[in-house]
Amino acid sequence: MSENLLDVSGLMMRFGGLLAVDNVSLQVKPRQIHSVIGPNGAGKTTVFNCISGFYKPTGGEIRYRGQPIQGMTGHRISLLGLVRTFQHVRLFANMTVIENLLVAQHRHLNTNYFAGLVKTPSYRRRQREAMDRAAHWLQQVDLLEFANREAGNLSYGQQRRLEIARCMVTEPGLLMLDEPAAGLNPKETSELDQLILRLRDEQDISVLLIEHDMGLVMGISDHITVINQGAPLADGTPDQVRQNPDVIKAYLGES
Amino acid sequence: MQRALFPALFAAGVTFLLTCLVIGVRLEQEGPNLTVVGADAETWSWIGFAVIVVFLFQLFQQPLSRLKQRLPSPDVTGLLPDHKLRARLRPWLIALVVVGLFVWPFMVSRGAVDLATLTLIYVMLGLGLNIVVGFAGLLDLGYVAFYAVGAYTYALLSEYYGLSFWVCLPIAGLLAATFGCILGFPVLRLRGDYLAIVTLGFGEIIRILLNNWTNVTGGPNGIGGIEKPSLFGLEFSRRASEGGQTFHEFFGISYNSSHKVIFLYLVAVLLVLLTIYVINRIQRMPIGRAWEALREDEIACRSLGLNPTVIKLSAFTMGASFAGFAGCFFAARQGFISPESFTFIESAIILAIVVLGGMGSQLGVILAAIAMTILPELAREFQEYRMLMFGGVMVLMMLWRPQGLLPMKRPHLELKTS
Amino acid sequence: MTETSLYVLQQLINGLTIGSTYALIAIGYTMVYGIIGMINFAHGEVYMIGTYTAFITIIGLLTMGVGSLPIVMLLALMTAIIISSTYGYAIERVAYRPLRGGPRLIPLITAIGMSIFLQNYIRLAQGSRDLAMPALVSGGIQFGDPAVFEVSISWMQLIIWVVTLISMTALALFISRSRLGRACRACAQDLKMTNLLGIDTNRIIALTFVIGAALAAVAGVLLGLYYGTINPYIGFMAGLKAFTAAVLGGIGSIPGAMLGGLILGVTEALTAAFFPSEYKDVVAFSLLVLILLFRPTGLLGKPEVEKV
Repeated sequence: MSENLLDVSGLMMRFGGLLAVDNVSLQVKPRQIHSVIGPNGAGKTTVFNCISGFYKPTGGEIRYRGQPIQGMTGHRISLLGLVRTFQHVRLFANMTVIENLLVAQHRHLNTNYFAGLVKTPSYRRRQREAMDRAAHWLQQVDLLEFANREAGNLSYGQQRRLEIARCMVTEPGLLMLDEPAAGLNPKETSELDQLILRLRDEQDISVLLIEHDMGLVMGISDHITVINQGAPLADGTPDQVRQNPDVIKAYLGES
Repeated sequence: MQRALFPALFAAGVTFLLTCLVIGVRLEQEGPNLTVVGADAETWSWIGFAVIVVFLFQLFQQPLSRLKQRLPSPDVTGLLPDHKLRARLRPWLIALVVVGLFVWPFMVSRGAVDLATLTLIYVMLGLGLNIVVGFAGLLDLGYVAFYAVGAYTYALLSEYYGLSFWVCLPIAGLLAATFGCILGFPVLRLRGDYLAIVTLGFGEIIRILLNNWTNVTGGPNGIGGIEKPSLFGLEFSRRASEGGQTFHEFFGISYNSSHKVIFLYLVAVLLVLLTIYVINRIQRMPIGRAWEALREDEIACRSLGLNPTVIKLSAFTMGASFAGFAGCFFAARQGFISPESFTFIESAIILAIVVLGGMGSQLGVILAAIAMTILPELAREFQEYRMLMFGGVMVLMMLWRPQGLLPMKRPHLELKTS
Repeated sequence: MTETSLYVLQQLINGLTIGSTYALIAIGYTMVYGIIGMINFAHGEVYMIGTYTAFITIIGLLTMGVGSLPIVMLLALMTAIIISSTYGYAIERVAYRPLRGGPRLIPLITAIGMSIFLQNYIRLAQGSRDLAMPALVSGGIQFGDPAVFEVSISWMQLIIWVVTLISMTALALFISRSRLGRACRACAQDLKMTNLLGIDTNRIIALTFVIGAALAAVAGVLLGLYYGTINPYIGFMAGLKAFTAAVLGGIGSIPGAMLGGLILGVTEALTAAFFPSEYKDVVAFSLLVLILLFRPTGLLGKPEVEKV
């Protein structure tokens, strides 16, 4: 039971009369890249929104490291170590790249007003640590030279990478990426590939990935869950999924 | 050109309809009788002028906008000294301004110092509201309520319990902050525009309550005879109150009423400098960055583990406390307060200052506060048009430069690269 | 009937009168909000300008010797509608249209600026004093026991009810039956989609402002005649009350605005019956705050789903 990092079982999400997610289950094991795929409108992002606390699921159970988290608010779930990106990049566009990373470290830095007003030594030390962590991750995603640029002025691919770096400075246990390759060119996609693999291998985290780019998904995933029209269709390793006739019919067969 | 003729005629017609009845004819009350009087020829010629200008502008709009595109836009950033030099000059410039602020009142007239004090109150209010509107992006239309709380705190504590200004100042700030917290807690989860209206409602409720709670607040008559601040117990009146001592007696100089004015001014300067320092620090603290992040994208904030309610509440509370300080000082300076001073219009003026200065930009807000209070005083004719001007400025700024005259600059942070 | 119940009945009648004018103004807020999602803060000033034009027309006609009351009132109504609609159109064209699609708070600040501007524009042009006009329509019907409490419905109140009813019916017919009305409803559903389907949405939005302003002008004429006094500041309070009514009924919903106006009017009148009348404004604002906090969709509004 507790060997799973994330354990979703029987997840249901109903909007009025529409059942957007119907009995979806998935298990993410530690140090794995787990992908959720499915045709457009299959309910992938809704699953994401339920797990990350932006929607309150109408049924089912979500456990993170054994602790039930369904129905918690988004920021509390994030504090537990589940951090996500968005389908449409959501950066603090008018703030600089470093500032984006500093905001993300809010919980490490949250000091009382007095310490900040008089700049106590411990406050200074923590600020320095935050800056170092930011610098480290900027180097990882190759954005160091843009540190003082406003985030909104970066290219799309850079914004994607910054969003991932912003998640990583929070030191998550599970990184959830919502279509990270959308809108990237092939070169940027393969760089993203390498980055995600590196995160799993070097940072000891799991990645939950929603993706359309089949090349990316098949190449790097350890495990794949297929959803169609809100309901689970298949579940297994990339090879198993690739050979599943239902999947071929519903998803791969189309393209 | 011919294609532009119809829209131009239409625009001219609209302009005429907008002006003809409302400006061209005037209602006059004579006793119980109401009569209409046509405006004089000058007014009508102005109306005609406006109609013609609108007509011509619409007619030649395309050539004009093409002309405008061809004009090079002046680049002022090139005229400023570069980044490093500016950083080196900055402390000197600040020191010069601060020294100037303290020396200046001794060289000018009493009226000028008094006006400067008033301006400083608006600077404080502008800076305080800037936290809420500029940093956190929460439109607070009832800011004046906290100003009122501060003012009434001092007035009432001084009247009923005889507490001094210096004791009441922190109490006023704290009480206003508490009010901000209590009012803010339920409303801050509302969406932006609803929040604006609810705060407006709260502001009006507080004013109406002050107006009607006659046996405590004096109702519309207000509270008068509020004690002025003292300098370590030295009073600035002609004669000392019981057991007190006056400033001029203590130093053995003759009584001069401008001492009091200058002293009030200096207190205001100190308060403003303190405000600037505190806000400057907070802006660079995690909480200050969180305010701005929240303004940029609340959903992203939540996904990163920032609790939006707590962060909004802290901005609201912090802004309210500065209004409380300003209110306390306002009561001490005026010596008299009534609900009249705390209407929605006052909130709107403070908002106009923030908007004009550039939301989030401290220097901009300070300059805007100075411009907005001093301009109407410089020329009497301006006084009449003051509010018209404020309204117009808010509209034009949003249309032309929503970021304000002096938009906020992002801080430059050096990273150590390993 | 006892004295209290007759008294309450009288307050109900007064409340319904004021409430129906709130409803007329509220429709302007609700339609604009329904289509472009902004609070047109300057709407109250459009109402105020309506009362001023009505006063000017009425006094002007009376001085010219036009004595027939229906003609005077009809002409006043028409002038007020024309001038106010022009204002509604011009405000949208000059101050709001260039800002379309920007961040939400920017148009709201513009609207507040516009409101202050218009208020002071009228103050400078017409003076800031209260202007009072002798009642044009007097008398009414009385019933109840004169010894206990006499309930009266004035002719003016009846006129207000009838005119409100006619305006509301006309609006409902326009929205449900006409081609433009259908376009309006389409815009309220999905502005972008409607635009893609080849409808000039800018035109529909302008039309919304014009309709809202016209109804506000009707309310302005009616209330101006009912109270008999005006000043440049009446728009602020009336606007806030009408906005409260719109929110109460569910912003974006036209029947909601009608319902909200009536409920607010009656609530205020009943409050004024039992408490000092100054507190009726507090009641209105408290109502506004409470609805926004506990039921932001109002009585008839639809809930919004947050888009992530």
